[in-house]
Amino acid sequence: MAIIKKLKAVKFKQNHLLGIQDLSFSEVSQILEEAKTFIKLNKSSSKKIDLLRGKTQINLFFEPSTRTQSSFELAGKRLGADVMSMNIVNSAIKKGETLIDTAMTLNAMHPDIIVVRHQDSGAPNLLSQKVNCAVINAGDGRREHPTQALLDALTIINRRGKVEGLKIAICGDILHSRVARSNIYLMNMLGAEVNVVAPITLLPHSIERLGVKAFTDMKRGLENCDIVMMLRLQNERMQGSFLPSPREYYEYFGLTPDKLAMANKDALIMHPGPMNRGVEIDTNLADDINRSVIREQVELGVAVRMACLKIFCKKNQ
Amino acid sequence: MKEKYLVNGRILDPKNKIDEIGGLIIDSKGLIKAAGKKVSNSNLPAGVEKFDLNKKVLMPGIVDMRVFVGEPGYEYKENFRTLSNAALSGGVTSVVSMPNTNPVIDNVSMVDFLKRRGRDKSRINIFPAASLTKNTDGKQMTEFGLLKRKGIVAFTDGIKTIQDPRLMSRIMSFASQSKSLIMQHAEDNILSNGGLINEGEISTRLGLQGIPSIAEKIIVERDLSFLEEYFCRYHISQISSKKTTSVIKKAKSEGKVFTSGVSINNLSLNENDIGDFKTFLKLSPPLRTEDDRLALIEGINDGTIDVIVSDHKPEDEESKRLTFSQAATGASGIETLLPLSLELFHNNSIDLMKLIAAMTYNPAKILNISKGNLDKGNDADLCIVDINKPWVVNKDGLNSKSKNTPIENRKLQGQVLQTYIKGEIVFNRID
Repeated sequence: MAIIKKLKAVKFKQNHLLGIQDLSFSEVSQILEEAKTFIKLNKSSSKKIDLLRGKTQINLFFEPSTRTQSSFELAGKRLGADVMSMNIVNSAIKKGETLIDTAMTLNAMHPDIIVVRHQDSGAPNLLSQKVNCAVINAGDGRREHPTQALLDALTIINRRGKVEGLKIAICGDILHSRVARSNIYLMNMLGAEVNVVAPITLLPHSIERLGVKAFTDMKRGLENCDIVMMLRLQNERMQGSFLPSPREYYEYFGLTPDKLAMANKDALIMHPGPMNRGVEIDTNLADDINRSVIREQVELGVAVRMACLKIFCKKNQ
Repeated sequence: MKEKYLVNGRILDPKNKIDEIGGLIIDSKGLIKAAGKKVSNSNLPAGVEKFDLNKKVLMPGIVDMRVFVGEPGYEYKENFRTLSNAALSGGVTSVVSMPNTNPVIDNVSMVDFLKRRGRDKSRINIFPAASLTKNTDGKQMTEFGLLKRKGIVAFTDGIKTIQDPRLMSRIMSFASQSKSLIMQHAEDNILSNGGLINEGEISTRLGLQGIPSIAEKIIVERDLSFLEEYFCRYHISQISSKKTTSVIKKAKSEGKVFTSGVSINNLSLNENDIGDFKTFLKLSPPLRTEDDRLALIEGINDGTIDVIVSDHKPEDEESKRLTFSQAATGASGIETLLPLSLELFHNNSIDLMKLIAAMTYNPAKILNISKGNLDKGNDADLCIVDINKPWVVNKDGLNSKSKNTPIENRKLQGQVLQTYIKGEIVFNRID
């Protein structure tokens, strides 16, 4: 395929994509460069290539997911892989046994790549020790969601040319967010300045040690920012009360025009989805085609996942 | 049994403040007849067989106040025979067994069972603890008086904390009448709910919910307040943080009478050791920061903390090969308690006498048992230790049925050469 340019290959240290923390700058660059080539492919009339023909990709989802799962599924199919999706959300089997036992069972079927999402932090790491194929983390507990951060970076690069030198604010439920953690690592690595903005009860302990400035005043946190990343309130992960009400949250931490006015004039709005309109983001802002790149994130997500599948599938050949 | 003469050893006896080159005589009944420098080659009768210790340390057998057995109910994790072998290879001659078995040790008939099994299957001295509440449910207190009469040395819900303050006040009040020893595992359930490791940078990075150290401190503060109203024999099983250490130090300086312990794990490891989700280091209380660890060492040095325990909690591999949140809590440690403690001596953290006292005389005194010293007339429960011998921990070399050691491949310095119970050699590494 002429549309896929040959890139100078970077040697990846890891056999698996478990987190941004394990990647080097050159590995990240390689993934993003690969992804750029797939953006074009995804816009063309014939979207399917045979790069991974004969390969088997298993999507193993222990947590409900719409966009990430469909994005990975589409990515695999466009590369020509055989894709099987397994949802083990409501499995009656005892949780712990499921992961190892399922891993062993799947391994016996000789997959080339397993994409896993699990509610427990570290589950993909454990899985990667038990199988012979590549494991890609599609989100584990509150630890990492590397492909989301990579697609966010690609979106920023697509719009702004580069991440380096930008000021990025990540706002909302930082405590429960794997997206926040992966983005903190990645944006720092790519040379951005990162602010996190959250009510104090939703700021993780010692978050500054990850190389960010923490703000509980959203206006101050958004000052001169180039990118505003909003996060969803993860009510399903909350034990007990962290906030008085959605109303109070929206008042102080919802993205509204007056708060956004503190950021740079051309600041972009991002959101990993799914969005709660009127809780963390003003509905008009979410749909503002001049500011919001939320739909573009979804689009580029497929390209980034294609790049990851290609690189890590090849890596394990 | 013939009298035994051990000579030319470094005799260590914290109770009697002895640290001198000398010997020890075991009489025909297996009791200590004499110990110290007065026992030497020159004043022993000629012609008797003497065992030359070659300046190796001879000390009282270790008294480990916090050990999980597995019998009844979890025999696949550890039984009395495997526990005994593990203990003796680490110089431990007496243990307090935790009541968290299935069924729970909460009534008199269970005590009989435990004593019988312990006697038949093990060679170490088992001092059983009974639960504070029926089935460790934290609702109805157990029969302290009757259980104590049966030989229960202490009461604790083991891995659980008495959460209900009213119940705790009544337990302390009632226990005072039978002079029962109450041992609390201090952790507020609601504050620690869902928590897996220490709350801090590591928990943030690993995305694991944290257990704040205040969950421990708040229970200790509550119980110490009760102690002013209801005076009883009160012991905090194991503390893990600098904050709690300060609370205890202050209370002791104000004249409050109680004791506290710490697990060797919290003295020798910190949260950074968890690395990439090592479930063998999932412990309760959790490993905390290096700052906390140093405060605990200081606590041993200044007398804030009285006892070092192994917190030996055998878990089979299947219970540990899970995601961190699903994995079982606890580490095996009885056979490495002494060698790992000696690391604290070798790196000049704790003086040798203080270190040994925290594992012999101090626990025995708290439990009110005649162990952990070299007094004349006591059972000759001893161990001989080469405190300099280097070796590497290898799980396959361990005697415990479960291999969940938190210090696999650690290079240690100091190994037990021989262990004696009632004057008999029950473990021997000397050819």
